[in-house]
Amino acid sequence: MNDLKFSPDVCAKCDTYDCLMKCQYMDFDLESAKEERWKLIRGEDTRILYDCVTCYACEEYCPYNNHPFYLIVERQEEKGIHPVPKPIEKSQIRAMAPRGEITPMKVHAPVINMCYFPMMLGTIRGKLFEGASAIVGSDIFCNLMYLHFARNSVIKERLPRMIENIQKNYLEPSGVKELICYHDECYGTYTSWAPAFDIKVPFKPIHLFEYLYNRLLELKTEIKPLNLKVAYQRPCSNRLSPEIDHFVDDIFSLIGVERVERKYDHENALCCGGVFEAQQKFDLMEQNQTRNVDDMKEHGATHCVFNCPFCFWTLSDLVSQKGMTPIMMSDLCHQALGE
Amino acid sequence: MDRIFERLSDIVGSDYVSNAAEERFIYSRDPGVQRPHEPDYVVLPNTTEEVQKIVLLANEEKIPVVPLGGGLVLSGLSIPLKGGIVLDMKRMNRIIEVNEKSHYAVVEAGTAMGMLSAYLAKHYPTLKNSLPDAPPVATVAGNVMIHGSGHLSQSEGGFHSEMVTGLEVVLPTGKVVKLGSCSTVPYWFSRAPLPDLAGLFLGWNGTTGIITKVGIKLYPRPLLNDGLMFLTEDVDTVPDIMFRIVNTEMCEDLTFFITPKPAMFEGFQMTIISITANSDKEMRLKKEIIRDTLKDYYESKEAGFVPIPKEMKAFLLEAPQKNLSAFADVRKGGGFEYVGAIIPVEKIPDAYRAGLEISARNGITYSLGGRMIGRGHSFMFYFAYPFNRADEDDMNRVRQALDDTNHAALKMGGIPWKAEVSGQQLILKQMWPATYEFMQEIRGLLDPNGIMNPGNWEVNP
Repeated sequence: MNDLKFSPDVCAKCDTYDCLMKCQYMDFDLESAKEERWKLIRGEDTRILYDCVTCYACEEYCPYNNHPFYLIVERQEEKGIHPVPKPIEKSQIRAMAPRGEITPMKVHAPVINMCYFPMMLGTIRGKLFEGASAIVGSDIFCNLMYLHFARNSVIKERLPRMIENIQKNYLEPSGVKELICYHDECYGTYTSWAPAFDIKVPFKPIHLFEYLYNRLLELKTEIKPLNLKVAYQRPCSNRLSPEIDHFVDDIFSLIGVERVERKYDHENALCCGGVFEAQQKFDLMEQNQTRNVDDMKEHGATHCVFNCPFCFWTLSDLVSQKGMTPIMMSDLCHQALGE
Repeated sequence: MDRIFERLSDIVGSDYVSNAAEERFIYSRDPGVQRPHEPDYVVLPNTTEEVQKIVLLANEEKIPVVPLGGGLVLSGLSIPLKGGIVLDMKRMNRIIEVNEKSHYAVVEAGTAMGMLSAYLAKHYPTLKNSLPDAPPVATVAGNVMIHGSGHLSQSEGGFHSEMVTGLEVVLPTGKVVKLGSCSTVPYWFSRAPLPDLAGLFLGWNGTTGIITKVGIKLYPRPLLNDGLMFLTEDVDTVPDIMFRIVNTEMCEDLTFFITPKPAMFEGFQMTIISITANSDKEMRLKKEIIRDTLKDYYESKEAGFVPIPKEMKAFLLEAPQKNLSAFADVRKGGGFEYVGAIIPVEKIPDAYRAGLEISARNGITYSLGGRMIGRGHSFMFYFAYPFNRADEDDMNRVRQALDDTNHAALKMGGIPWKAEVSGQQLILKQMWPATYEFMQEIRGLLDPNGIMNPGNWEVNP
């Protein structure tokens, strides 16, 4: 039940080894990539399981959508590997556990899923979200973050209940079919992880960026171009839905913002470093953050645009120290509407 | 009219003396679970001379005098066990001097910690004082007198009583003495190199005299502060972890806490490492050194540094800690009391287990934790129990838990700090007999009429 849809045959026949060769955190030559890939397929011990920093990127690199990252996480858990110290893992699993406090509530479209970020509810305001309902809390939390902890089992256990909670308490009684996912993590859960583990999603997930773009089109006459050069901090979970990335450019184009063409964007994006801290890889965290933010600055960005609140909290101080303004995508759009 | 009341009015003015039932009620208790005793008079002096006159009157009338600072001690040390005069020092709250270059301040006894801290932030932004985890109205004099500790106790010299550079004291006989360098020169820089008499008034719970002025050490205020949280699940590792962190000499404050709620913390020990620096470079280096010293722990995956969101970090690093006030209302009906035992660092695991066992046995919840005092020289371990003030059974359970905790602390080799009277008696029973006799001889010499806070530090009060 809920077995990963991974094809060993597809993997074995792949001669790109992109999942490993493109990895920004592990070094492989073709020979070693081939060797370690076989070990991974056969379920043997491999350095991949210990050195993986859980950046999600190989999910994007795989040309066959064969879920190499989810396989790594499965294997890590099978072998009792803990990327994050055990007390932190346990504490986080408890901290984000469903509280069972959800009650049915009438909602109306658009319904914005704020995941487990109640502190971000203030951003659901103004013309952009006029008439929207926002839902939030531990009982609708996607739980995908446990990929970083090598705990697919927690997601498997909790996610079906979360989906049911959303559907039965909010969407179905209100006749709403679509769910706008504020966080990439939720969108990736419903469009990538859930199908990979054969978990049915009864509603249609819409990425926040798609919603923002369409809404801005409706409000086009009210947009005041911002004339900014910005760097975009692509979050790890956007690797599960790379097809969304074009909306960043589309939105920026509508609001008069230039996305600086820098080294660490798009497929080459760098992790914010927060997960490295949890994994106690402090040197990697600092090096990564420094080269990432320096890259933003060197390419002339005055602002750094985030969509993941966790990335924002992790990097915003450093971004500010370098003289740039950290800002969430939704707030940037509010600004373009003069709000 | 009451003769004593009239004479007190003559000394301090009629606005600053009271024997009204409502005032006597208020001054009969503190926020803890100790049983109330009413004073006969409440007096608020404004000068050392007024204190002196009140003490002379008390001697003449042979009535007790109980000095009071912020009134926050919780263990009843300023409850007038045998009536008499409660001497509320809060009007004497002048900051007399700050010597920037020699890093000390001289304050009157009623000066609150928060007042001094705010004054320094405004007028001497490069300096700060060590703050206890008490509301800011806790007084400097009251805190040093009970051997308080605070957020600079680890890095800057231990108990707040060890930060005292000099005292002005009204002796129980009415004599005013100055102790420390201020006795000889116009400066309050230290207690050395003279015979050190300050110890006669520190830790004595106001039984040997009334402190009217305090010289207190100040410390540099670095520009930046940040913190790390190290999470463990095996309490037996905590002393070694603390030892290693202290030995790096890189942190300002070192505390830890254990709490059953929220659930994410239950069963874990959270060590909080506060770090200050004057540049990002210095901050990074200090963090790196501290992390490196615990590398084998986090590489084993059995413990680790927790990423802390900025908002939570600010909450953890605030001084004084406000969350203890919130803890007071956990049981609704607002109250908590604690035993803060001063223990050897290696006894932290014993204290942790004792706290869990005692709270379970008495059916009450808890918050446990503590602070490193000095560079690993001792540890203030608090066992805090909240109660509902309107529920006498609840208060009795907490009283029992406090008694159990005092016994446990002494058994493990610690000493209850600012102990209530019953706790003091436990300590005295265990004390070297000649030491207790010596204490009583000193008291007899200083206070021949036994007027100073009677009932405290006595085997048979």
